[in-house]
Amino acid sequence: MTDQAADSIPIPAQGKPKGPLVYRQSIFTRLTHWIWVVALFFLLLSGLQIWNAHPALYIGEQSGFAFDNTVFSIGAENSDQGVRGFTTIFGQKFDTTGVLGVSELRGRQNFVGFPGWATIPSSRDLATGRVVHFFFAWILVATLAVWLVASLANQHFWRDIVLKPRDIAGLPKDLAAHLALKFHHGRSYTPLQKLSYFVVLVILFPLIILTGLTMSPGMNAAWPWLLDVFGGRQTARTIHFGVMVLLVLFFVVHIAMVLLAGPFNELRSMITGYYRASPGTPPDVKEMSK
Amino acid sequence: MSQLILSRRRLLGFGAAGASSLILSGCDQFDFLANRDDPTRNFLERANELTYAAQRALVPDQALAREYAASEIRQGQRPNGSTDPRNVAEYAEQVATNFANYRLSITGLVETPVSFSLDQLRNMPARSQITRHDCVEGWSCIAKWTGTTLGAVLDQAKPKPTARFAVYHCYDQMGGGLSAPEPYYESSDLIDAYHPQTILAYGLNDAALPISNGAPIRIRIERALGYKQPKYVHTIELVDSFARFGKGNGGYWEDHGYEWYGGI
Repeated sequence: MTDQAADSIPIPAQGKPKGPLVYRQSIFTRLTHWIWVVALFFLLLSGLQIWNAHPALYIGEQSGFAFDNTVFSIGAENSDQGVRGFTTIFGQKFDTTGVLGVSELRGRQNFVGFPGWATIPSSRDLATGRVVHFFFAWILVATLAVWLVASLANQHFWRDIVLKPRDIAGLPKDLAAHLALKFHHGRSYTPLQKLSYFVVLVILFPLIILTGLTMSPGMNAAWPWLLDVFGGRQTARTIHFGVMVLLVLFFVVHIAMVLLAGPFNELRSMITGYYRASPGTPPDVKEMSK
Repeated sequence: MSQLILSRRRLLGFGAAGASSLILSGCDQFDFLANRDDPTRNFLERANELTYAAQRALVPDQALAREYAASEIRQGQRPNGSTDPRNVAEYAEQVATNFANYRLSITGLVETPVSFSLDQLRNMPARSQITRHDCVEGWSCIAKWTGTTLGAVLDQAKPKPTARFAVYHCYDQMGGGLSAPEPYYESSDLIDAYHPQTILAYGLNDAALPISNGAPIRIRIERALGYKQPKYVHTIELVDSFARFGKGNGGYWEDHGYEWYGGI
């Protein structure tokens, strides 16, 4: 860490004063972050491929063919204007031609749920989707285990992920600051950041893994409680899909925040570990929670 | 010091460029994974062996699939795959004679190859179970299956200690059209073959098993997906390897890129 002392010397102000460079992200946080970027990319696109094999979601144990327990579906239908794509959410039907139900693949009409550009492979291929999905599912599980052990050991979990009473009290103020696009760069995370990462890492990741396992007839025999906890195999499949949507939303907000808060500094901290904190951040003293 | 910063900057630049090209270029570039012989795909497929090993370690051999109440049978069993293989002459003949000459043969690595008529199978101790059928496509359907335990039938042929898998040969043929028709077949390990819920089903929802669901005999392996429930079965062969069947992957769908274990 010889460069840290040098970096910490405030650079003479040309405009705004600069805060110190602080060591913010451990090697485990950085490594698992980038592995997840790759794994979630493949899980999403192979997952949409798998979903296209039966583009409907149900509530309960089974899929209603002779009765109706469908909550979400994508399909194609003939109409006066040719084949149209439709997406139905809780009985509300939307024309989604061009994207969902009917799209274009290599210049031809493609009657699939999610379009070819959103799936791996681009054409319909359930077998390959499953090969890709299960490989990266193992990566996700293994990485989460490594992250959890390392984060418990190096205090990252307690310091940056778990919300303390002080963080909960500070949530409204931090939300207002984020909405005003005023970002405080400390050594640890702001309350809103802690909440987001807690939700993703402690709730959504385990939830998407467990609902995935609930779809396995083998695991149903080993852990029948999975079916009771999630309300049946088809409900578990619906939750699995819903968590996917939430993770995609997280991704969008996450990227927006990185761009707004200073992409160079944010990316540097997730690659090298070093982060330019706001002026006034103590350069050396161990800062517990801002 | 300045060199260090420069290299970090460069690294960040590479990272950003790589990420954006991945996002902007669409996903056609991963289509090579669809090639069944692609080495990268074959590497990814090894995760399936891990899944099989993990489930065999985690799922007790005798652990049962959930059985449901009769009130959960809310619809007929949805047929999928082959639903009427009367294009196969042998099978058409069986249907024409109402399976009077049907024999289920147990062959391969057994001391005494045996075969049974449908009546003989129906007279063996029967077991009924209301279970959930999970198709690999993602849908599920609950139905009542009646049959006789496969393990007890296999025991009558006295399996040799070298037997490792059961291969289920079926009347129906898949493909056709541009590709040559391929007989449907499936296989399982002996843990699944001897599982207490693994039955030779001849009844569905309190009626004789219909043609669309696999008459006269369909194997139910309740802890696996639908493609592991072969229909129209005529021969069960115990083997130590399935290399010589089809393309050697242990089943029709396995020969077309699906994984063999089928428990997830």
